[in-house]
Amino acid sequence: MLAVSSRFDRLVRPTLGRHLLIGLGAAVVLLLLSSQIGAYDDYNLTEVAIFAIAAAGLTLLTGLNGQLSLGHGALMAIGAYTASLVLKQYHQLPVVAVLMIAVLSSGIIGIVFGFAAARLRGPYLAGATLTLAVALPQVAFRFKSIFGGESGLTVSPLSPPDWLGADFPPERWLAWIALAAAVLTMLLLANLLRSAPGRAFKAVRDNEAAAALAGIDVARTQVLAFVISAACAGLAGALLAYWTGITAPAGFTLALSLQLLSAIVIGGLGSLAGAVWGSLVLVFVPLLTSGMASRLSLPSSVADNVPLAIYGGILVIAMLVAPHGIQGALRRILAIGRARWGHTPGGGQKGVVDWDDPAPDT
Amino acid sequence: MKSVMGGSATRIRAIAIVSLTGLLAACGTSGDNTSGANTASAPGITATTVTIGSTQPLTGRAAPGYSEISPASNAYFRYLNDHGGIFGRKITYYYYDDGYNPTNTASLTRKLILEDKVFSLFSALGTPTHQAVVDYINSQRVPDLFVSSGCNCWNDVSNHPFTFGWQPDYTIEGKILGQYINQALSGKKVGYFYQNDEFGQDGVKGLDASLGASSVPDAARQNYVPTNTSIKSQIAALQASGAQVVAAFSIPAFTALALLAAAGIGYHPTWVVSNVGSDVYTLTGLLKSFSKGAAGGQLLAGMVTDTYLPLVGDSANPWISLFKGIRDKYTSYLPWDGNVLYGMAQAYAFVQVLKAAGRNPTRASFVKTLETTRLGGGPGLAPYGYSTSNHLGFLGVQIATIAADGTVTTTGPVYQSSDSGPITAYNGSPATPPANGIP
Repeated sequence: MLAVSSRFDRLVRPTLGRHLLIGLGAAVVLLLLSSQIGAYDDYNLTEVAIFAIAAAGLTLLTGLNGQLSLGHGALMAIGAYTASLVLKQYHQLPVVAVLMIAVLSSGIIGIVFGFAAARLRGPYLAGATLTLAVALPQVAFRFKSIFGGESGLTVSPLSPPDWLGADFPPERWLAWIALAAAVLTMLLLANLLRSAPGRAFKAVRDNEAAAALAGIDVARTQVLAFVISAACAGLAGALLAYWTGITAPAGFTLALSLQLLSAIVIGGLGSLAGAVWGSLVLVFVPLLTSGMASRLSLPSSVADNVPLAIYGGILVIAMLVAPHGIQGALRRILAIGRARWGHTPGGGQKGVVDWDDPAPDT
Repeated sequence: MKSVMGGSATRIRAIAIVSLTGLLAACGTSGDNTSGANTASAPGITATTVTIGSTQPLTGRAAPGYSEISPASNAYFRYLNDHGGIFGRKITYYYYDDGYNPTNTASLTRKLILEDKVFSLFSALGTPTHQAVVDYINSQRVPDLFVSSGCNCWNDVSNHPFTFGWQPDYTIEGKILGQYINQALSGKKVGYFYQNDEFGQDGVKGLDASLGASSVPDAARQNYVPTNTSIKSQIAALQASGAQVVAAFSIPAFTALALLAAAGIGYHPTWVVSNVGSDVYTLTGLLKSFSKGAAGGQLLAGMVTDTYLPLVGDSANPWISLFKGIRDKYTSYLPWDGNVLYGMAQAYAFVQVLKAAGRNPTRASFVKTLETTRLGGGPGLAPYGYSTSNHLGFLGVQIATIAADGTVTTTGPVYQSSDSGPITAYNGSPATPPANGIP
């Protein structure tokens, strides 16, 4: 027993402590940041936090467990609809309870779907999750009396608690909630990835047969990854319901699933930091380009599509310049710096950078 | 019913209405008047500019046709700016692409209000998209004029005091179309083809009010959802029900699909199609592209629809020549169709309100002006219904028919109604535009 607990201390404590410290630091920085910026920037920061939660869940599934999901938008929809339906019945329910219920319900769907997903590989899994993304919005049309059909369910905005004062912007309050949820999610996921299940995820991704031989229950690992990923998507979806003020099928099209996927690829597949980078790109690039249509003096058939073309162009360039995403590129720059000026932790030769070495997982 | 009088009587009437409008505005906004210096009287208003904004489907499934509306409005504002603006202020119009996705609408509306600090929203398009932000806009007390959607949900004065609709609501439209079916197509079996959302259901509510809910059996009530383009079974069911008249509340793409499906099975009912789904230019293009050139505008022959603006093809109408001239000068890349006319007419109405609100309006006085001023002298055929208890726009429509060559002709009087009230004929005569085209 003693041996176990001391091993526990040696292995987990430093990681947990480090992650807690980073999480606390991030929370303080974000709190200060969100208090300094305007309400609109808080609102965008909230969107980044929401996408970061969903992208972190997806990167765990796709980047670390090797299961490609084209249906994460639908899992977000489950969280969003759960939150909206709960709020319709119980207006006064505290936001934490609403978020927990959404996490639970999407987690349960995740279990059901995870069992199916664990039997499927590669394009078949992609196809099955694609079905989820395409079919789920139709449920809202079919059962219109419950889900509100095309016009969806409205969610009244969160009002900040009284002790923050009457002039406290509601956008900032929601930003605090979303950022807290994001930091907490990242903390839990980072810890999970450093523990036995996290190593099992990677082992299954790299070689299922070898993982099975090493005593890892492959199917169970895959279902677990799917459930955790779905729960993250559900949490993001519930926050999105508060953020948008409406939960409607048009908000959860296949495009949302593909956006999440592009976020984790641009950010750096398989890295939690990459999920954050990708979410920043996902939120801020369209914002920077959205005003162009009304400001360019071009025929509207051209001007209307300029923002989409720029977004597509950035994707292409990002993949060419940084095939391992933003996080991969940052690591590379750090590695060059180390190789040139400092010590080489890997024991490699000073001044030599191994360009073909894929970015290590975190 | 083509007004080419343009005589002095009409002009005097127009002048009288305009001056009366100004007078009423002066009373309504107590203290604000038209003399004095320009001040930055409200967010989005400086001494030299008025900034307004909108969210529009410039790309995506709702973009065909509707993406023309905001550049057309902007063309009118540019025309206004080139002619001195309003009270010397130029209008800056930001319109952002939400792709008909409420999530984008939510974010872009905050951008407009919090970052661009627009004075007012204008012409924001779509029922589900605008429903996502209407609470927020009203909590920020930002004027939300002329939502581009005929949902009667915009008429909610107590919860949404800053939101106003513009086009006739679909229930009123359905009632007037239903009355026409009763009168001109009496004795024929009627079927419905409608979009399964607020748009279609509100329209059916109006049709039922005139035709009697029991006169159309369930088998003849067919609907579609915009995400599913296979509608052949619905059209076959309408044929099987024996419907000789099909009343359609559909968007252009689905009107075209229905016409093609019906033609494909040799089914030729009289189509009665709501205004938003019947633009001849848009439909002809869609019919050609969906049938790969096999069919075209000839399928529109005999279609019945309605209008609340002068007809796009009526080149003798002074409003049409004014707006078409502006389109030729500023946005010649846009086709000349109903969507462009819609955008221009909305912009004209907005400038009317800006003028009536006086030199230095606040957001509250601007909204109060719209509630208390009778907006006359515009291009509309029917009167506006704005008051302190009603935030609906046009109260009625005029029936129109489409000939084999695509010519649209209006028929009968302009009818007006409300969601629950009776239908009455409106006797007001159409206004002519001011000489410089600016209210």
